[in-house]
Amino acid sequence: MPPPVPARDPGLQPERTRLAWRRTTLSCTVAAVLAAKQALHQGSSPLALVAVTLSGLVWLGFLAVAHRRIQTLSGGARPRVLGVRAALAAAGCTVALACFAVATLF
Amino acid sequence: MITIVQTLRLWFAPQRIGEEGETPDYRFSLANERTFLAWIRTSLALVGGGFAVDQFLPDLRWGVRVALALALLAAGVLCALRAVNHWVRCERAMRRGEDLPVSRFPTLLSLAVAVVAVVMVVVVVFGWAG
Repeated sequence: MPPPVPARDPGLQPERTRLAWRRTTLSCTVAAVLAAKQALHQGSSPLALVAVTLSGLVWLGFLAVAHRRIQTLSGGARPRVLGVRAALAAAGCTVALACFAVATLF
Repeated sequence: MITIVQTLRLWFAPQRIGEEGETPDYRFSLANERTFLAWIRTSLALVGGGFAVDQFLPDLRWGVRVALALALLAAGVLCALRAVNHWVRCERAMRRGEDLPVSRFPTLLSLAVAVVAVVMVVVVVFGWAG
């Protein structure tokens, strides 16, 4: 007879993964705030406003990915595996912020 | 070249991973996910460092500042792309029951960060003394 599936993982793996997503969201917030500060530093031209909006959108995108994943991880004791699309989106937000930094360097 | 194409196909056709081998213990997948997130945080920190060099060291010469910022940002981008790649490869290796992929990327990244740190120390000490 197979052992019964426990209602919660004794190693708290989903919780730890959820907290890892929260930490990553915080890091993304810091990077996005620095990006917005950089854009405003250049003055309040229309270009700077576009830049601030873009960094805000990137941050919102990351927030959405993290939120969906956190919802999945809170769902039960055996959450689904992270999808490739979510992983690509998270990495894409990071790359977008970096490209944005390069654009404002010059 | 072929491996690059194969890797890109793996990135953009996720169902191909699911076709191979057996689904591993979900705890291993979650551990893999946390490693991926740790790399993404490293990448975000490098990008944030790039912004910070540009914003908080305005006394540096333009060339030095831009070079340092570019080095940090490039490291951040590489780190993010490599995070996805390594995560996909680990997931596939676990499904196939193979050994996890080894990588010299951590060594290269720490060397790059060490070089940037030494350059920053030299620039700050001698830049402010002179």
